[in-house]
Amino acid sequence: MSIVETTVAGGIADDAPPAPPRPGASAPRPYHFPAFETRILANGLRVIVSPVPAYPVVTMLAVVEAGATRDPRDAEGLAQMTTRALAEGTRTMNALQLAERLETLGTTLDTGADWDSAIVQLTSLATRVEDAFAVLAEVLRFPAFPESELERLRAERLADLAQLRAEPRGLADVFFSRLLYHAESRFARLAGGDEASTQRTTRDRVVAYHGEFYRPNSTALMIVGDISVDEAVRHASRYLGDWAGTAPDVTEPLDVPRFTEPRVHIIHKADAPQSELRVGHVAVPRLHEDYFPLVVMNAILGGLFSSRLNLNLREVHAYTYGAHSAFDWRRAASPFEVSTAVETAVSADALREIQLEFARIRESEVSEAELSLATDYLVGVFPIRFETTAEVAGGLANVEIFRLPTNYFDNYRERVRAVTAADVLRVAQRHLDPTRLQVVVVGNAEAIREPLAALGLGPVTVYDPADVDVPIASSSSSIS
Amino acid sequence: MAPGFRNGLTAFVTALSILEMRIPVESYRLPNGLHVVLSEDHTAPIVAVNLWYHVGSANERPERTGFAHLFEHMLFQGSANVDANEHFEVVQRAGGTLNGSTWLDRTNYYETLPSNQLAIALWLEADRMGRMLPALTQVKLDTQRDVVKNERRWSVDNQPYGTWWERLPALCFPEGHPFHHSLMGSMEHLSEASLEDVSEFFSTYYTPDNAVLTIAGDFEHGEAVRLIEEYFGPIARGANRPPLRDMMVTPVFGTTLREVVTDAVALPRLLVACRTPVFGTDGYYAASLAAAVLGLRTGSRLEQSLVRGQRIASNATAFTYDLAKGSDLLVVDVTAHPDVSTDQLEQAVLAELDKMHRDGVTEAEVARARALIETSFVTSLQSAAERADQLSRFATYFGDATLANEQVVRYQATTAADVSALARERLGPDNRALLLFVPAAEAATDSGATTRSGVEVGA
Repeated sequence: MSIVETTVAGGIADDAPPAPPRPGASAPRPYHFPAFETRILANGLRVIVSPVPAYPVVTMLAVVEAGATRDPRDAEGLAQMTTRALAEGTRTMNALQLAERLETLGTTLDTGADWDSAIVQLTSLATRVEDAFAVLAEVLRFPAFPESELERLRAERLADLAQLRAEPRGLADVFFSRLLYHAESRFARLAGGDEASTQRTTRDRVVAYHGEFYRPNSTALMIVGDISVDEAVRHASRYLGDWAGTAPDVTEPLDVPRFTEPRVHIIHKADAPQSELRVGHVAVPRLHEDYFPLVVMNAILGGLFSSRLNLNLREVHAYTYGAHSAFDWRRAASPFEVSTAVETAVSADALREIQLEFARIRESEVSEAELSLATDYLVGVFPIRFETTAEVAGGLANVEIFRLPTNYFDNYRERVRAVTAADVLRVAQRHLDPTRLQVVVVGNAEAIREPLAALGLGPVTVYDPADVDVPIASSSSSIS
Repeated sequence: MAPGFRNGLTAFVTALSILEMRIPVESYRLPNGLHVVLSEDHTAPIVAVNLWYHVGSANERPERTGFAHLFEHMLFQGSANVDANEHFEVVQRAGGTLNGSTWLDRTNYYETLPSNQLAIALWLEADRMGRMLPALTQVKLDTQRDVVKNERRWSVDNQPYGTWWERLPALCFPEGHPFHHSLMGSMEHLSEASLEDVSEFFSTYYTPDNAVLTIAGDFEHGEAVRLIEEYFGPIARGANRPPLRDMMVTPVFGTTLREVVTDAVALPRLLVACRTPVFGTDGYYAASLAAAVLGLRTGSRLEQSLVRGQRIASNATAFTYDLAKGSDLLVVDVTAHPDVSTDQLEQAVLAELDKMHRDGVTEAEVARARALIETSFVTSLQSAAERADQLSRFATYFGDATLANEQVVRYQATTAADVSALARERLGPDNRALLLFVPAAEAATDSGATTRSGVEVGA
């Protein structure tokens, strides 16, 4: 290949040694996802233990049915506020004492909430695991939620929102999420809340929320690392065995789309040198019979470096540093989205290519080479996804959150290998729908509005980054 | 028994055993100068291949900034027996992950794969080390130049505060110093880069005697040695590699430097850099602990004082750059709380630095920092890629990969008195470079801020 052009390299290329033949793979060594045991304590707490003794560390990860979909209608952000406030002190330690206690043990508490669940996690050296466990249990059960710290956390949330206005990537993600779902859906409002709802995440609300949802029957605790099942269960029984109460059942949120027709939404940012693009629509829930073909389809379309979207937009056209696609998996119907950032001048060209790829994957079967690249990658990379105790705990947490079968990881590679090109075409046709594509662009509206309108991807609406309640096609700025 | 360091330990892993933890290391050199590091560990059927070239933006000619990084992109554009972008495809088809990164003083390329795919990763790396030039074309260069320009727009130009990481080194190292100019480079220089430049850069720096190859994880020793010899052995040693320009700078700035930038940001942000001892020295470990006492996690001084106590800041951290030549930098990075002015922010941050400079640190503060760093280190060793990268780092900078195993011991050996002495010498007003981002809205309403724009030298 390209040997003709080596003249530019002068005599240097002539010195290159001959190449040994390209090698193949040797026989693979077997790999099994780490074994784990599930014990259910009398109070309903699920304890999932995976002894992985290779390194002297242990990860403890609690998953609580207290995600952002549980937020009350007027106090969005309450789930995330509660997780952040958990680390701000307990009945025996104020915020500083708690931080010092954990950090002197060499560990820190990571807390957070996504749509479906809240997470409280730490990794400690195996020698300090019981001390760390005791702190984790106290944080889960007896948080103090001091008013002054909550006031600070609310102010920090407002600071985050202010920062978001100036940050194109975050802005694109937020507008995409808001515009995708029905205006009455929890998903149409920020997971962390907006300015008004944040003001309503008061101490009373946080205390009540914690009291209602942080209960043993709504909690699963993964313990992974250099620890035996017996020891892990002993700690769980000692520190969490007398935790009482029952959380209510979960109701899933409304997950229908906002628009039934395709639309283009521009969030105006004057002088932006690039346009941040998000293209997609509401697709299927995580627990779906087509999950594996969809994962393979996504890898081929935009999941891998060598995917159609990245090769087209980056390597052929050089419009971008990278283009990707992904499902943002939730228990409810989840978004499918293509994301990239392109130079302002080529915004419409890039969108046209995205639209073409979106159509092409639905038109005919992917090639055998494309299919095997995706499946070989997903099968081969499987052990690499679970090298650390935190990664294994995260995998087990997904089984809990999405209520996957307990043999999910044992069968994962087999399920991927079984996907055919016909499956990929079938799920692309069934679950990707160009007739309701939503396009979100954060960029210079003055420069891109007309070229985007000319693409005919649907009516164009222009928004201000500060628009909190997204109007449904405000008449003043809409052009069809 | 998997990782070597647990052999012989009892079930009671004591605090002392963390000091005894060792990444297994074997090092040797091929006749062409390639430094090979092997670290066997059969815990999981995973192997990491990690190649460091001792070249970064510091090696660039002043009229060719951004070149080391553009070159990193070109190394994925194929070689004599590998098509453009095929490197990515082959590694991913093998079930592996991969990437490369460019830094001021090194460039690295790495893959993590199922262990039965070691040979193909080594073969790919050898093909581009030995035979990259035959595949070089103008079209590939043009494409990657545009990709890099988009990377620049994405990570620098269209990001709030995105210019900080080129402004700060420019402020801390004098004009003409190898660390002064932008790693990402200027759009103009990127446009001017020619195929001849690429060829010359490759022939000069991408040679076996300027590289460290580390393999960590599940491999068979004899087979790895044989493959390395077969694939890398025939590649010729380099010649005429120019020495780096003089890296020496004075230990302190001698004054407080200041740059004020008006930017499209929501909140003021202040970065303060201090020159500190280079990576690997005793002074480095003291500086690293000083940074952790100041700004690592919740119990740190900046978090407790500025974020929680005074509520001047919405975010506050501190870290070291880990530069191994010239001077390292300790950087304090603080974003204001809403409604806090840039002046208030600056006064509060400098007061914390003054306090540590004047009064030093306590044993308890250092113990907290050390405990966090140790857990983080042990936890990171679970990843084969991380072990390989650590070994390559020490082999590249010091010619001795085993030094990676001394880090915990060296943190342990660094006392509160050492950290206090470092603060006394390096955190004072004579050694601070301030980079202050002012929101355009504040600058417009505060004439005081607008008149301060531009670089000022002196307090």
